[in-house]
Amino acid sequence: MAGNEPSARPRSPHLQVYKWTPAMAVSIFHRVTGDGLAIVGGLMFLWWLGALAAGPDAYAAFLACVWHDPSPEISTLHQVTNVLGKVVLIGLSWAFFQHLFSGLRHLVLDTGAGYELKTNKLWSILVFVGSLTATAAVWLTVFAETLNG
Amino acid sequence: MGNGTRLGRVRGLGSSQHGSHHWIQQRLTALGNVLLVTWFVVSMFRLPLGDHAAVLSWASNPTVALALILMVANVFWHLRLGLQVMIEDYVHGEATKILALVLLNFYAIGGAAYGIFAIIRIALAPTALGPGGM
Repeated sequence: MAGNEPSARPRSPHLQVYKWTPAMAVSIFHRVTGDGLAIVGGLMFLWWLGALAAGPDAYAAFLACVWHDPSPEISTLHQVTNVLGKVVLIGLSWAFFQHLFSGLRHLVLDTGAGYELKTNKLWSILVFVGSLTATAAVWLTVFAETLNG
Repeated sequence: MGNGTRLGRVRGLGSSQHGSHHWIQQRLTALGNVLLVTWFVVSMFRLPLGDHAAVLSWASNPTVALALILMVANVFWHLRLGLQVMIEDYVHGEATKILALVLLNFYAIGGAAYGIFAIIRIALAPTALGPGGM
């Protein structure tokens, strides 16, 4: 693994041997959502920003690909990307809330607070509940507004 | 300096004096992100995102443009630190690790430059041409 020479020294066991706990899950999801936001979120943001700067036509092309193609005959590609775009955007918003709440938990833990087993478990569960609730609330509002015009 | 175990090779070398540098920068940029990205996400859900002229007029406001530039710098700095840790943890070959870190720097610095340049284009575009005029 690390280094070129084989080592007979014991290695730390990996994920699959541990019993999952809320604290372990929230830590893993912090990394997964952070890396997802960094790559997918970063590229989506730059694509949107570049289209916004390039003008109305480029911006319309971005929307037709990611959100909704208004043309009467939608290409198969856009039929797929219109669904995929919404899935990615909902996923990114969940990743944002999860990483935000989990990150705030880490900032509190950095002060030395919250290491008691019950407190730690409770905060970990609250991070998941909070991120899922916030994501659901935001998108229910968005889709309700879309349906009502 | 011995050449036996990995511990033996570094024992006695002392601290390199910047052990907490990465850690503290990740926290500082995290605090910046709490403010800037939360503001951005709230703005995204409040704006009529389908209306190019409305979004452009929002983004060309000097205060908004400044906040967007700060956010891009802060976000890409923070994601560079985070992705660096992922690469160091999971990419084990020396050559692939260095290549991955080089690509990461290209993405982080290139992405930030692209984003900031786009914001400046929006903010300084001549308004006389009308909505979205470039």
